[in-house]
Amino acid sequence: MSIGTRSTILHLGLIALLFVLAFVLPSYHQGNLARIMVLATYAIGYNVLFGYTGLLSLGHAMFFGAGMYGLGLAMQYGGLGVIPAFAVALICAAVLSAVVALLALRTIGVAFMIVTLMFAQAGYLTVLYFGAWTRGDEGFVIAQSARQIAGLDLTAPTTRYLAALLLFSAALLITARMMQVSFGSVLIGVRENEERTRMLGYDVFRHKLAAVIISGTISGAAGAGYAVLFGYVGATFTSVQYSIFPLLWVLLGGAGTTIGPLVGTLFMFYLIDYSSGLTNAYMLIAGVVLVLLTLFARAGLVGEIRKRWVA
Amino acid sequence: MILLETKGLTRVYGGLTAVDGVDFALPKGEVHALIGPNGAGKSTFVGMISGRIPASSGEVWFDGQNVTALPAHARIRRGMAYTFQITAVYARLSLADNLALALRSRDRGAALAALDRVGLADRADQMTGDLAYGHQRLLEIVMGVAQKPRLLILDEPTQGLAESEIEGFNALIRELAGETTILLIEHNMNVVMALADRITVLDMGSILASGTPAEIHANRAVQDAYLGTG
Ligand SMILES: Nc1ncnc2c1ncn2[C@@H]1O[C@H](COP(=O)(O)OP(=O)(O)OP(=O)(O)O)[C@@H](O)[C@H]1O
Ligand SMILES: [Mg+2]
Repeated sequence: MSIGTRSTILHLGLIALLFVLAFVLPSYHQGNLARIMVLATYAIGYNVLFGYTGLLSLGHAMFFGAGMYGLGLAMQYGGLGVIPAFAVALICAAVLSAVVALLALRTIGVAFMIVTLMFAQAGYLTVLYFGAWTRGDEGFVIAQSARQIAGLDLTAPTTRYLAALLLFSAALLITARMMQVSFGSVLIGVRENEERTRMLGYDVFRHKLAAVIISGTISGAAGAGYAVLFGYVGATFTSVQYSIFPLLWVLLGGAGTTIGPLVGTLFMFYLIDYSSGLTNAYMLIAGVVLVLLTLFARAGLVGEIRKRWVA
Repeated sequence: MILLETKGLTRVYGGLTAVDGVDFALPKGEVHALIGPNGAGKSTFVGMISGRIPASSGEVWFDGQNVTALPAHARIRRGMAYTFQITAVYARLSLADNLALALRSRDRGAALAALDRVGLADRADQMTGDLAYGHQRLLEIVMGVAQKPRLLILDEPTQGLAESEIEGFNALIRELAGETTILLIEHNMNVVMALADRITVLDMGSILASGTPAEIHANRAVQDAYLGTG
C-alpha cells in the first residue's frame, strides 16, 4: 500500500469516527468537539505555512479575524445569508493574506515573525477603531434566527457539530491532497533547503506566496465558521493570543503532519478544561505539560508516534 | 555553436572585485574546466552564470538569449543545473524524495534509475543526512545530471570524495560528454586532465589563460600562478 493510500484511509477513517461521535457523545463533549474541530481547522491552516513551508507567523489571528468579521459584518449589516457571507469571509481572508504576503515575504526568519505580528496588531487596532460597527472588545452576537442554511438550524447541537465536521473535513482533505501533489513537495523543499529548491528551478517566492494565501484563507474559513456556529464575533479573536494558539496546537500535535493540528487542539482544549476543574492555577498545569511535551516529544504527539511506531 | 557566453561579467563585493570583466564562451557539448587558486572568483563567476549571485555589471547569454535579467529559477528552467561547492541536498528527506524534487516527478522508477548511476539505488529510502559525506556529494551530482540539463555546472564536485568514488564520478561525466555541456570547477588536476576538453584559468577575478589541457600544462604563467604552488 502506498503512503498516499494509507494516509487517505487514515483521513477518511478519522472523518468517519468523528461522524459517529456526533451521535454517541454526551452533549457536553459534543459541544466541545464541535468547537475543537473549528479551532483545528484554524490549526490546519496555520500548519500549511508553519509545518509544511517552514514560515513562522505570529499574526494569523488577523486571518482568523478577517473571516470572522467578514462573515459577521456581512450578516449583521449587509443582511446576507450564511452562504454568501461565508464567501465574503473567504474573499476577505484571501485578499488580506495576499497583501500581507507581498509585504511580509520580503523578510525572513525573525523579521517575518515581527512583521506578521505587527500586521496582526494593526488588524486588532482596526477592529477597535471601528468600534461603532464591530463593538470592539465587547463584540456582537449573530442572532440565532440568522444562523440557518435553507431551514437547517446551525444552532441545534448536532447540526452544529456536523457543520463543524464538514468544515474540518474540507480543510483536512484539501491540505492532504495538496501535500500529495508536487506543489506540496516543493513547499517541503522550501522548508528544508530554500537555496537548493531555488537552484532546482522552482520559484520559491511564488510558492511561499501561495502558501500564505492558502494558509490565511483556511484560517479565515475557520474564523467564519466559528462566528456562525457559535454566534459571537469579538476583538479577542484578533488579539495576539489567538495568533499564538495555533502555533501551540500545531507544535503539540506535530508540525507538518496532517492530523497533528486536530490532535494538538484536542489535547490542549481538554488539558485546560480538566486542569481548570482541579485548580485555579490551571494555566500553570497547562504550561508545565506544554514544557514537558516540547522537551520530550519535540516532533509533537503525532510526530512522535509516527517516529516510534510507524517508520 | 556557443551555448553560454559572458560579456564583461563583473562582481564587486565592497571594495573587492571578485570577478573582473570576464569574457567567456562555451561551445555546446564541451567539458570545460575552470581552475584557479582559492579566492580566484570561480564560485562567484558560476554563481553569476546561474543567477544565484547577481552580477554587478556585464551580461550572461544562454542559448542565444540574454538571460542577465532572469532570476536563477528561470535560468534553471531553461536548461541549467547547478551543484554547490558546499553540498546542498535535502538532509531530512529520503534520497528518493531528493530525486523527485530534482526530476519534478514522483516517478519512482526514474528516481531509482538516476540513483543507480552512482550506486545509491539500494539506499533510496534512507534519510539523506544519514549518508556518508561522499555519498551525499554523489547524490547532489546525480540530482544535477538527472535534470538532463543542457548546461551542467559543477562546483568542486570531487571535493571530499574517496579515490574510488572519483573513478565513478569520472565515468559518469564521460557518459554525459558530447550531449551535455559541462562547466566544472575542479582543484584535482587528475580529474581535470582526465575530463576536460578545454581549461580556463582564473586568477584574481580575471582569465589568466585558456586552452587545451596540454596548452595549459605547458603555460608558464599558469605554472607560476597556480600549478606550481597548488
Ligand atoms: N558574499 C561575499 N561577500 C564578500 N566577499 C565575498 C563573498 N563571496 C566571495 N567573496 C570573496 O570573493 C573572492 C572570490 O571568492 P570565490 O568564492 O568566488 O572564490 P573561488 O575561486 O571559488 O575560491 P575557492 O577555490 O576557495 O572556492 C574571495 O576573495 C572571497 O573572499
Ligand atoms: Mg569556490
